[in-house]
Amino acid sequence: MPHDHHDHDHAHALLPPDPALRVRALETLLTRKGLIDPGALDEIIDTYQNRIGPKNGAMVVARAWADPGFRAALLQDATPVVADLGFFGRQGEHIVAVENTEDVHNMVVCTLCSCYPWPLLGIPPGWYKSDAYRARAVREPRAVLADFGVTLPETTRVRVWDSTAEVRYLVIPRRPVGTEGLGVEDLAALVTRDSMIGTGLAREPGA
Amino acid sequence: MTDQIPEPVFTEPWHAQVFALTVHLNEAGHFAWPEWTARFSATLAAHGLARALDGGDDYFTAWLVTLEAFLAEIGEAAPVDVEQLRAAWEQAYLSTPHGDPVHLPEGV
Repeated sequence: MPHDHHDHDHAHALLPPDPALRVRALETLLTRKGLIDPGALDEIIDTYQNRIGPKNGAMVVARAWADPGFRAALLQDATPVVADLGFFGRQGEHIVAVENTEDVHNMVVCTLCSCYPWPLLGIPPGWYKSDAYRARAVREPRAVLADFGVTLPETTRVRVWDSTAEVRYLVIPRRPVGTEGLGVEDLAALVTRDSMIGTGLAREPGA
Repeated sequence: MTDQIPEPVFTEPWHAQVFALTVHLNEAGHFAWPEWTARFSATLAAHGLARALDGGDDYFTAWLVTLEAFLAEIGEAAPVDVEQLRAAWEQAYLSTPHGDPVHLPEGV
């Protein structure tokens, strides 16, 4: 949290930026009306800051790699499968898992805003929310992938999935070679956030 | 553009606050999530006309503008009331000695 004017000569409290004051005003008004519970706000922030993140999705991917039955169920209908693991959309959305293969590479965007599988990946990174990514992912996915350092064979088709308020996508990246003996925990460590958005690949073991 | 360097989930406290406020209002049943995303998408599109948004502060600015307008639309936070409280908070910060907790004065 940067403090641009860290000045010890301040006679008064450091004035927050205007948007922060507007958010504070909304909170005050809604709390007074009994519409919100300030404790619930802290709980939501704590959840998204500390308890939900790409580790959840990585565990799902690792299990899909390790367990063919789990993988089949996940690809058929991911929502109940991930709900069983305690990951469910608080906004009631459906989760769809899409699997990368030699022939198809999947990549996820939200062209209209920033819909994202929060329960599995947490809050999206800045670039996912940028106009540049939202516009270019559909128009020139291979160029975007190149920016992320990903080059795919010409024979691999790139499929871009546009998220909505109702449907969020999880990419199941390809399992790296040389991981046959690894358990789920070790496999999960190879699954990066970007590989589950489709702008990256899973790490090679030892990389 | 890679995920090798961990980045903070929220870069400013108010980003987290406005996010949590919106999620909480949705979960408390004040609006459905698709109603939110429809409005938020429209704001992002409008803001993105002038210059490309970078997904940082400008993203949450669009989020806040959307929430203010949505709450005004559904009659839960009139702009005049919000502005009065914003001004009161500003005054409270300016009149509180540095280091002391900031509270709204009695009666505001």
